[in-house]
Amino acid sequence: MQADKGGVPAIELVDVTRRFVSPTGKNLTALRDFDMSVAQGEFAAVVGPTGCGKSTTLNLVTGLARPTSGEVRLMGAPVSGIDPRVGFVFQKDALFPWKNVIDNVMAGPLFRGKSTAEAERLAKDWLTRVGLSKFLHHYPHQLSGGMRKRVSLAQTFVNEPEILLMDEPFSALDVQTRTVMHEELLNLWSERQASVVFVTHDLEEAVALADKVYVLTAGPATVKSVYKIDLPRPRVVSEIRYDPAFVKYCRTIWDDLREEVETSYRRANEAA
Amino acid sequence: MVEAVLQSNPEYQKALADQEIEARAQRAIRKRRLAVRGWQIGIFVAIFGLWELGADTGWIDPFFYASPSAVIERLVDWAQNGTTEGSLWFNLWVTMEEALIGFVIGSITGVIVGIALGRNPMLSDILSVYIKAFNSIPRVVLAPIFIMILGLGLASKVALAFIMVFFVVFANAFQGVREADRDLIANAKILGASDWQVTRSVIVPSAMSWIFASLHISFGFAIIGAIVGEFVGARFGIGQLISIAKGTFDSAGMFAAIILVMVITLFAEWIMTLIENRLAKWRPQQSIDVQ
Ligand SMILES: Nc1ncnc2c1ncn2[C@@H]1O[C@H](COP(=O)(O)OP(=O)(O)O)[C@@H](O)[C@H]1O
Ligand SMILES: [Mg+2]
Repeated sequence: MQADKGGVPAIELVDVTRRFVSPTGKNLTALRDFDMSVAQGEFAAVVGPTGCGKSTTLNLVTGLARPTSGEVRLMGAPVSGIDPRVGFVFQKDALFPWKNVIDNVMAGPLFRGKSTAEAERLAKDWLTRVGLSKFLHHYPHQLSGGMRKRVSLAQTFVNEPEILLMDEPFSALDVQTRTVMHEELLNLWSERQASVVFVTHDLEEAVALADKVYVLTAGPATVKSVYKIDLPRPRVVSEIRYDPAFVKYCRTIWDDLREEVETSYRRANEAA
Repeated sequence: MVEAVLQSNPEYQKALADQEIEARAQRAIRKRRLAVRGWQIGIFVAIFGLWELGADTGWIDPFFYASPSAVIERLVDWAQNGTTEGSLWFNLWVTMEEALIGFVIGSITGVIVGIALGRNPMLSDILSVYIKAFNSIPRVVLAPIFIMILGLGLASKVALAFIMVFFVVFANAFQGVREADRDLIANAKILGASDWQVTRSVIVPSAMSWIFASLHISFGFAIIGAIVGEFVGARFGIGQLISIAKGTFDSAGMFAAIILVMVITLFAEWIMTLIENRLAKWRPQQSIDVQ
C-alpha cells in the first residue's frame, strides 16, 4: 500500500526537539531527538503512553507550533506556518456549535475562497458519503457522538487534504461506533490515498488501521521502535482482530509499549 | 422494590401511549405556568393593595409615600395635560434619546475594543493598568464634569450613558474572547481561515453569549447615566421631572417618574431577549422533566 509517488516522504521530522518553558522559567522537554518519516499514501499510527508528547508531535506537523530545534518537512519542504495541504481531526470534536451540520462542513471551502454554491455542493457530497444527508440542518448538540465525528471527518475531508493528521479521533466513542468509524475511515482513505498520521493510545486500533506503527517512549518522547504491519488490504476491521497475524503484531508491540506505559505510570505516581 | 413503587403509584402500572404522555406533559406545563402567573399577580395585588390601604387609613404618611391611586392619577394627568416642563412624551423622548444613543455607541465601541484587545495580548497587557484605573472611578462622579464641558443638552447625558455602558460591554467582550475554545480556533486555522476569518467566524460567535449578558444589564446603565446627568443639570427629561418633584415635595410625581423608567427598562430588556433568542437558536434547549 505504500504507493511511494516520487520518493519524497510526505511527512518528515528530522532530529526534532520541542521544549516548553513555563512563565516561571521551568523547562519541560516534550520531544527529544525525534525522527519520523511517512511516505506518500502511507498510513502511520503513533502509540505511546498518555502525556508522552503525541499531540505535540502533530502540532509541529500542522505548523501551529514550531520545533525548538530540528526540522519538520512536508513533501520535502520545511514547514512554515499552517499548510493548506494538511487536515486535522481533533480528539474532542471541534465543530462550531453555532453552525449547523452543513455550515460546519462548508466552513473550510468558504475560508479557502470557494463560492457558496461550490462549497455547498462539496459539503453535501461529503455529508452524503458519511451518511448524514438527512441531518444537514441539525446543530452539533442535536447529534450523537458518532454522528458528530462523521461531521468532523466530512469537515476535514471536504478540503481534500493530502496529509491527514488525527489525534485520538475515536477515543471518546463506544466500541461499536468506533469499529464502524474505522471502516469508514479506511474507505475514505483508500479512495484518496492521503498520507496519514493517526495518534492513539489504543494499540489494536493502531495495528488494525496502519501500515506502520511508531512506539514512543514515556516523555520526553522519542521514537522507541517502528513496526511495519504487513496485513493485506482492504482490511475488515471488525474481523481482523481474530486474525492470528494481527494478534501476533499486537502482542509483540505491546511487550515493547508496556515498559513505557509502566515508566509513565510510575512517574505519575511518584509525582503525586 | 419495583413492586412497591408500582403499588404506591398505580398510575404507572399501565404503559402509556406517547400521545397520553405528551398530553400529560402539556397539562403539567400549563398548570405550572398558571401557578407562576397566579403567584406573580397575587404578590402584585398584595403589595399595591397594602400600599393603598396604608395610605388611605393613615398607617403610612401619604405626604412622603404617596399612594398607588395618587401615582396613577399623576401619570394620567401628565399624559393628558403635560408636565410643568412640557409634554410628558417629549420628556420621555429626551431621556430615551440620551440613553439610546449612549447605549448604541457604548455597546458598539465596547464590543470592538473588547475584541481588539482580547485578540492582541501585547496591547491588552500595556493598556490593562489604565483600564483598571479608569474603571475604578465611580461613573456618576463624571456627570458634573461632562455637564461643565458639554453643556446642559443632549451631549453630556449621552457621554455619561456611554461611559456607563462601555466598560460593562468591553469587559464582557474581552472575557468572551479570552474564553474562546482553543481547539475551535486551531480547527478554523487548519481549515484555512485567515486571522480576520477566525475573528469573525469563531471569536465573535463564541463571545456573543458574554456580550449579550452585558447588553441586558447595560441598557439599564444607560438609563441611569441619562437620569443622573439630568439630575445634575438639564432642562428636560425624566430625571429633571424627578428633580423638580423633589423640589416641590411631590412624592406622587417622583413615584410616577420611577414607574415610567421601570416600564421603559423592562420593555428594552424584553426586546433584547427576543433578539438574543433569535441569534442563539443553536444553543441546547433545556428539556422539561415531567413527573
Ligand atoms: N502548550 C504547552 N505548554 C506547556 N506544556 C505543554 C504544552 N503542551 C503540552 N505540554 C506538555 O507536554 C507533554 C506532552 O503533551 P502531549 O503532547 O499533549 O501528550 P499526549 O498527546 O501524548 O498525551 C505533557 O507533559 C504536557 O504537559
Ligand atoms: Mg494528546
